[in-house]
Formats: sequence, C-alpha cells, structure tokens
Amino acid sequence: MKEEVLKKRFNVEIRKSGCGQDFAYCRKEDLLEIAGCLKNDLKFAFLIDLTCVDYKGYPGRETMPRFEMVYHFYAHDTRERMTLKVPVEETSPNIDSLTPLWRAADWYEREVYDMYGIHFTGHKDLRRILMYEEFKGHPLRKDYPLKARQPRIPHED
Amino acid sequence: MDLLERIQKIAGNNMVETAPDGRVVLNMGPSHPAMHGIVRIYLELDGEKVVNSDVEIGYLHRGFEKTCETVNYNQVVPYTDRLNYVSPFINNVGYALAVEKLMGIDTPERCSYIRVIMSEISRITDHLTCIGANAMELGAFTVYFYLINAREELYKLSDSVAGGRITPNYTRVGGLAKDLPEGFEQDAEAVLLKLEKNLSDSEKLLSRNRIFYDRLKDTGKITREEAISYSFTGPMLRACGVDYDVRKDSPYLVYDRFNFEIPICEDCDNYARYLVRIEEIKQSVSIIRQALKQLPKGPISNESYGVSLPPKEQVYSNIEALMAHFKLTFEGPKPPRGEVYFPVEGGNGELGFYIVSDGTHRPWRVRVRPPCFPLTSALSRLIKGGYVADIIATFGQLNMIGGELER
Repeated sequence: MKEEVLKKRFNVEIRKSGCGQDFAYCRKEDLLEIAGCLKNDLKFAFLIDLTCVDYKGYPGRETMPRFEMVYHFYAHDTRERMTLKVPVEETSPNIDSLTPLWRAADWYEREVYDMYGIHFTGHKDLRRILMYEEFKGHPLRKDYPLKARQPRIPHED
Repeated sequence: MDLLERIQKIAGNNMVETAPDGRVVLNMGPSHPAMHGIVRIYLELDGEKVVNSDVEIGYLHRGFEKTCETVNYNQVVPYTDRLNYVSPFINNVGYALAVEKLMGIDTPERCSYIRVIMSEISRITDHLTCIGANAMELGAFTVYFYLINAREELYKLSDSVAGGRITPNYTRVGGLAKDLPEGFEQDAEAVLLKLEKNLSDSEKLLSRNRIFYDRLKDTGKITREEAISYSFTGPMLRACGVDYDVRKDSPYLVYDRFNFEIPICEDCDNYARYLVRIEEIKQSVSIIRQALKQLPKGPISNESYGVSLPPKEQVYSNIEALMAHFKLTFEGPKPPRGEVYFPVEGGNGELGFYIVSDGTHRPWRVRVRPPCFPLTSALSRLIKGGYVADIIATFGQLNMIGGELER
C-alpha cells in the first residue's frame, strides 16, 4: 500500500538492496513532504534512525552524488518498516531538517552534521554533539584519515 | 540556542553563578557520581526547580563507526562488546544477525537457541544494573548489593560460556565462538534461583518503600505522543503504554517459539519504568528456562567454507578446507554488495545495525542505532519543571550507557 501511495504521489523509486530489503529513493526537494505523508497519512509514527553514508570511492558510483541520507521509519500499527534514501551532492551538502515532524531528529541531525558536515535547513540548534566545537573537519567522511591528530585545545580556567 | 548563550555568558566555566534575575546556573557533571561518568548538564534553576537545561555528551566518543570501516567483519565483534557494556551479548548477536542477513546465510538451530539464552542473560544484567544503580543513588544501598551480587553470578555464568565477564566476544559471522560448557543447564538454573531470590528480596525492599516510591512516582513524566516523537523504544516506551518490542513485532532468532509477555504500564513516569523492568527480568528468566528445555543438539556454526573456519582435521586433510581456512584467516567473510538494517531488542530498546557493503572483506559503513541516544536526547524535556533531586531518579531510570550513546 505504502509503495503505491509513494510512487503515485511523489514518484519515489523503490529498489531492492542486496538482501531483499526495500529501500525507497527520493529527491531531496521532496523529503519534507514525503516524511509528512509517511507520518500523518501512512502512520509511520517512529523515526527510528537517521544517518548518512559517504560513497566517495565506492566502486561504480563515480558519477553519482557523494552522500546519501538514510531514514528508517516504523509504523507500530501495521508493524511495517520503511527505509528512505536521499542523495545529497557534495557541492551543496544541505537538506531539509525533520525536526518540525519528529523531536528525535534533533540529536540525530546534530550527529550527522558533526560527522559528515551535512547542513540541515530549519534545524534550530545545529552544533556539534560528539566532537568538540574547536574540532576541524568531519571524522566519518571517507577523506578524513583514520589516524589524524588534532592539536589539543587549551584548557579554560 | 539562547539558553546555551545565556549560560555561557553568565557562567563562563564557573560551577555556580547567580544571574541578575535571581536564577542560578549550575553545572552538573561530567565528574559527578550520579552522571555515570560522562554526561554534563547545564542547569538553569529557579530555586530548586529546573527551568531550562542543556545536555552535553561526547566525553566517551571513541570513533567506533570509523574504526569498523578499517577492519574485517569478524574483527568488528570485539568492538561491539564495548557498545552497551552491561549487555554485551545482545550487541554481539545483533551485529552477527545483520551481517548474516547481508550475506544471506542461516545458522544452525542450536546457535539460535544459545544466542537467545545469552541475549536474555544480558537483558537481565542490564536491568539489574539499572535498577540497582538507581536504587543506590536514591539511598537504598542494600538493594544495590542484592542486585549486583545476582548480576555477578550471571557474569560468572557468561565467563564460563564465553571466557569474558563483560567483554565476551562470543558470536562470529555465521555462528558462535564456542559451544556451551559441560553442565551449563545446572549452573544456569542455580544462578536463576539465586537471581529470583535476590530480586524478590529487592522488590520487597523497594516497590512499596515510601521513600523510593515518592522519589519515582510522577517524576520524569512524558506523554505517550512525545515519547513516540522522541523515538523512545524499550522499557521507557513500554512504560508509556506502547507495547512495542522487537522480539514480538519482528521476531528474530527463535523468539516466536517461546511463551512470554511484553509488560506495559500506562503511567509514563519513573515508577512505571521501574515496574516494567522488574517484570521484564521475570519474563527473561522464563525465556531462558524454556530455551534450555528446548535446546537442540547439533553444530553451532554455519559449516559452509566461505563463512566459518573449518575444523582442524579437515584443514590438514582436505585442500578446499585448507584454502577456506587461509582465506578466512587473512580476509574474513565477504558479503556481497548491498545494505541491510537489522534491529534487535536491546536492554534499552531497539538496537539496530545498518551495514553497507561494497563487496570486499571490510564493511563500507557500520551504523549503530543506539537505543539510549534518543532517550538521552529527551533528558532536557524529562527534567524540565522538576526538582534538582528528580534529575537523579530520572537519569537513573533512563539507563544511559556511555559506550553505546557515544560510540
């Protein structure tokens, strides 16, 4: 049911992942509308998880956008799960925030901003969460070296 | 955020400062006995009431997800021990199930049963730690010893199975590191009996204790809608009256073969969370007993050559086994290209692993959905309007585990 609604209304493409799970793909301009439809019309009340994947250097994806946002939704009434993937270009790393719809998005998005440097339009409190303010770069990006060291910040008394 | 600016302007890095309007800005943590080590809360207080707060985490961030991208699939397992270090088996099992789903392989029945038994032992240790530490912080020290003694017995049992009290490193992709030891059934039964005794003693000391009840009842309240919006799962959500449990809603392993209940409570406060946890321990004990009764005999690992190490006799006598042994030791299992999200029910709620594979022996991306991350994100909301003393009760029942919160 959800597939038909999403396909008809938003032209969402549903692809099978390697192991048979359904992943829906949409344009980032449609994200807020689709998320609203999922929450209000299709009863996906839970935003279970929200994360990002950096595909820089992934074999066979050279011409595709570097980042993909991944949203996992869950509908408790029907026990259905749903994953939405949204490509984000490296040149304009920004996407609409889901904080108006789910409060859980607040910290999740802060973490993605911290780790990947994606900006969330409409997020009211977008600052680093796991790393400290003075940290330079975004550690989960593929071009951030594993063993990079940053100078210690002076201790404030 | 104006609270943070305001706090920083007023307080700088001092511990306590009084603002011109008479409100006090107080810094709680990260070195504070009730903050469990690593959380800092900036509080804006009006008298003893919390007007506003800002929760700061990140003191235990170790780059788990980054590290996972540089090691092979089996080498991730010991890192998962350190996510939720009071229920390590559930992390092991969740990760192994996600990779197995990605590879499209099955595990033998005995393996699934053992995974269920160890997961439930972990769930019990998780809840015991939560209730015990919470009770201790509220002054009930005896209960802490009763529960932690029971937990210690369970840790010894885990030690006899996996060779580690809190870092078992027990699952492998496609199976387990080793089988249960001789006489495990009897040992487990003895430990469960002791657990039940200690638990019932603690219940008598706590459940109708005036002080404990008053500290927990009607504190840390949140409505059901807000809890869902904050993406609560686990005991915190079930204490808001939503019967969501991954074990029932999308059964994995062999959970559909056992008879157990999902306890819920409608009160949405700390006392409800306590009651739900106590009841869940009892359900877990019942699951372990049923699983031990049904435990089948047989192999504990998927025996195909691409997945788990072949037995030594075969390695020395059979060229395919020798090659498989070499390839698995040097490279490890290789899932095909693709991605997977696999949730299991952790001690605190839904523990999900999202893994992206590029077809090599190293994961491209490992994302953990830590159950206490959304819970902690709601901490500001939970303590708002309450007293400073309620923070201790609420934070204890939140059961924040630093290892999985910050990875």
